[in-house]
Amino acid sequence: MAVLAAHNLRKSYGGEEVVAGVSFGIQAGECFGLLGPNGAGKTTTLRLCLGLIDPDGGSVELMQRPVPGEARPARARVGVVPQMDNLDPDFTVSENLLVYGRYFGLSERVIRERIPQLLEFAGLAARAESRIQTLSGGMKRRLTLARALINDPDLIFMDEPTTGLDPQARHLIWERLKQLLAQGKTIVLTTHFMEEAERLCARLAIMDRGRFITEGSPRELIVRHIEPHVIEVHGDGVMNWADREAATLALRLEKSGDTVFCYAADPAPLLASLSLRQELRYLHRPADLEDVFLKLTGRELRD
Amino acid sequence: MRVFAPPSMSLRFVPVWRRNLLVWRKLAVPSILGNLADPMIYVFGLGYGLGSMLPEVGGVPYIAFLAAGMVCSSTMNSATFEAMYSAFSRMHVQRTWDAIMNTPVDLDDVVLAELAWAASKSVLSGVAILAVVWLLGLSNSVLSLWVLALVPLIGLTFGALALAVTALASSYDFFMYYFTLIITPMSLLCGVFFPVEQLPAAFQAIAAFLPLTHAIAIARPLLLGHIPSDAVLHVLVLLAYAAAGFYAATMLFRRRLLK
Repeated sequence: MAVLAAHNLRKSYGGEEVVAGVSFGIQAGECFGLLGPNGAGKTTTLRLCLGLIDPDGGSVELMQRPVPGEARPARARVGVVPQMDNLDPDFTVSENLLVYGRYFGLSERVIRERIPQLLEFAGLAARAESRIQTLSGGMKRRLTLARALINDPDLIFMDEPTTGLDPQARHLIWERLKQLLAQGKTIVLTTHFMEEAERLCARLAIMDRGRFITEGSPRELIVRHIEPHVIEVHGDGVMNWADREAATLALRLEKSGDTVFCYAADPAPLLASLSLRQELRYLHRPADLEDVFLKLTGRELRD
Repeated sequence: MRVFAPPSMSLRFVPVWRRNLLVWRKLAVPSILGNLADPMIYVFGLGYGLGSMLPEVGGVPYIAFLAAGMVCSSTMNSATFEAMYSAFSRMHVQRTWDAIMNTPVDLDDVVLAELAWAASKSVLSGVAILAVVWLLGLSNSVLSLWVLALVPLIGLTFGALALAVTALASSYDFFMYYFTLIITPMSLLCGVFFPVEQLPAAFQAIAAFLPLTHAIAIARPLLLGHIPSDAVLHVLVLLAYAAAGFYAATMLFRRRLLK
């Protein structure tokens, strides 16, 4: 059963097409990742899916309802963890959940029943009466996640859920998201952490300049787009070595700053060459999603 | 086009209004004192200080004349402040509106809630001044009870106008224009401190179009124990300003936030 389907979605701002014909479907129970550099159109795509803005073209069905036409009842089944923290700073932790539950038209009794469970889930049971200002970044994120669950949603949108968190806080969020998936919830998350996408998402799409440029499981994308071995080389004379030797031994080379990335199906000749060049230091590793991402979206900065 | 559609009115605004009430309850005492202090300084300072040098104004002691002006202008100020500074904080600084709009509550509901809340808060201010006016014996007519019905209308009118300004604001500084160009001139032209008839004809003509003039034209006779003339006309003018402001605010907020 598709919980979200978008057909040829388009949205322009000031003549620039931010979402340029995007189509996808998301099945109940899956975790779908939307990857892309800053400005790729991820957040705009999410806002279109939620019916917060009208598309210039195309259509969205959220929870089997046309959006934005029936966005309101559709959103009643959806939870959202936004990119920017917008917890209510005037309230305590549990008041934040209480007030948010009311927006869904939930009864006071139902909300008050759910609050202790959600605080337990978010690891905030001891902080129920704390003011928001006293929470750490990780706690705020967990509370935002708990808030998104107050209506017991079937589908959860998460816009960069772990941006700005330390590794401990990030791992805790990932663990909670896995619990939600185990409960049968559907998750759509945007991220630019490849590790996050690889850990959580069964399927993902890479978006750039308003388009989906590839789609599949993390494994498939690596196999489809990238050579299996990567050797990162740096040190004195690395560019010289790259042009004279690596260029013929590797299937593909990428230069970034003072590092050369050699992509190869068979790493042995490269490693043999490197063993003769003591001044070069290198790291040999299997190709990962970040390599795919950088190959498809380029290495130049996006702001 | 969604931008120009009439505002959708539903009871979904109630949880948002309750959110603002819950915040206010935490700060209720300083808030009420703050609302009272400023107009009270005017009532006592001008009413007794300036009033002692004046003969009767319009056949009554100056402080009794001033009472209606203070009830109306403090209601106006309270609604204006809430719909500008506080609403802007919630919309732009805290992003509270964004969080709300991810639920089944949508922007129209939020705007209606902000209007209802600005009006509610201004009622507290207006009624607080009214209570002081009664306690000081400045008004002892049963007719003055009608002012209790007028105060919410004043709050809706100025709350709606201020929300339209908020929809255009890029920062808090923007609100100074509205105060300097609209609110302060209204306080001086519309009969708060002296009868509009004292102004040159050109200013009287301008004052006739300003909503505060119409609010005071109802409140002053009621507090002094007369039935206001043309009350229906004055109420209609206030309703028209409220409706136009609310529609403009809704359209401008949609244009700003739903793109």
